[in-house]
Amino acid sequence: MTKTPLNTDNIIQRVLDKDIRAAGRLMRWVDDDLDKVKPLLAQLFEHTGHARIIGITGNPGAGKSTLVNQLIKELRQRGKTVGCIAVDPTSPFSGGAILGDRVRMQQHALDSGVFIRSVATRGNLGGISRSTPAIVHILDAMKFDVILIETVGVGQDEVDIVRLADTSVVLNVPGLGDDIQASKAGILEIADLLVINKADRDGMQRLRRELRTMIELGDFEENDWKPPVIETIATSSQGIDNLADAIFKHLEWLDTHQDQKHEVELERHHHYIGLVAMGEIERIVQHERASERWSEQLEKVRTREISPYEAAQTLLSYIIEAKR
Amino acid sequence: MSQSTPSRNYRVLIGKPGLDGHDRGAKVIARALRDAGFEVIYSGLHQTPEMLVNIALQEDVDCIGLSILSGAHNTLMPDVVKLLNEQGASDIFVFGGGIIPDEDIPKLKDQGVLEIFTPGTSTSDVVEFLTKACEKRHS
Ligand SMILES: Nc1nc2c(ncn2[C@@H]2O[C@H](COP(=O)(O)OP(=O)(O)O)[C@@H](O)[C@H]2O)c(=O)[nH]1
Ligand SMILES: [Mg+2]
Repeated sequence: MTKTPLNTDNIIQRVLDKDIRAAGRLMRWVDDDLDKVKPLLAQLFEHTGHARIIGITGNPGAGKSTLVNQLIKELRQRGKTVGCIAVDPTSPFSGGAILGDRVRMQQHALDSGVFIRSVATRGNLGGISRSTPAIVHILDAMKFDVILIETVGVGQDEVDIVRLADTSVVLNVPGLGDDIQASKAGILEIADLLVINKADRDGMQRLRRELRTMIELGDFEENDWKPPVIETIATSSQGIDNLADAIFKHLEWLDTHQDQKHEVELERHHHYIGLVAMGEIERIVQHERASERWSEQLEKVRTREISPYEAAQTLLSYIIEAKR
Repeated sequence: MSQSTPSRNYRVLIGKPGLDGHDRGAKVIARALRDAGFEVIYSGLHQTPEMLVNIALQEDVDCIGLSILSGAHNTLMPDVVKLLNEQGASDIFVFGGGIIPDEDIPKLKDQGVLEIFTPGTSTSDVVEFLTKACEKRHS
């Protein structure tokens, strides 16, 4: 089987034809240099909108990868194809990363109905990588039914996944002690579903009570979705069917509550447009730094002829002028 | 959102095909490569060559490192190379490590394995070799 090498002219068609190598390569381009691939992703966008996007978050060690593995299995049994993005942190010291989530998902390595991609945060905060939304688009355009995103697991700050996902699942683990539980105050704003994983552990009853109380005290309106609490033992697949049921129930709820659904969609695109625009601005400013007029302004600031604020303003106005 | 310039990282898959359950060596290399700025995808134990090649394509790695202590390197390593070729992915290079008799090394290289690192090789030599090989691949 000899294929023509991948290039910018053929890669999109090959992604749409579900070519694994093309998809893997485009994801790589997205990770390495989003700007280069923007025109390609733009072509892809009209083919997206099919997949349902599920975020899985929770502290490191909570059992996210183990649970995602089981969920993939359950979804496959229900006839769904599954894309999965597993995010792990980049080392701030070396810029490298060990991406080990796949170790728990080995059993799906030969299933053509499953595509798993490991990504590193590469300095991005918020629990996912900067490239994650575009990787979702690629998997979506390949017509995977469900896309599971395992976030890094930094807890409260993982707001980015909420903006990206249709359904956000937050994992909790029994027996972590009071102070940790107390910091859960914000999770109701993140979670569509609350999971108690490691339900085989001591402290399960107590955690269930706490989560239920929290939901009771939360200010939900008549028409709001109230997060259910689901108990799982991911290591033995217990409760995974309930979790899948709850996910589909939430997706159906979104489908029958168009206002909320639109809100989710608007938030997602609102956030992503902002992200792309910020990236573009950063790139332009970065480019400008090598210019002569940048050096001129710099020298004027050095001699205190003008302030850094005036210099920045002047440089920005050059850029805006040039763009007109 | 904090990184302003596009960053490229080399990506490497560290695989443990076959039956042996000793992954200490694989993990030492994985950590050394991470510390050198690589993104290391670790597959876990007991992978078949088919699984590894599929992972390599999904992850678009630059290379696959195979750690084999079971003695099955003479079939497993060439199998991975062959499957990559079949998938039109011969640009992904394969290297190996583990317990590999000296006399097997030339044969493995003949069959497309780029390099074999024996237990005596320092991790910094491995890192240097792979960095150069990845640089070449991208130039
Ligand atoms: N007892 C118990 N252990 C679990 C359960 N789920 C996961 N684990 C273990 O928790 C550890 C961390 O799991 P992992 O999926 O890597 O967590 P992640 O860091 O959130 O992705 C592993 O040793 C799992 O085997 C569970 O339901 N019960
Ligand atoms: Mg994990």
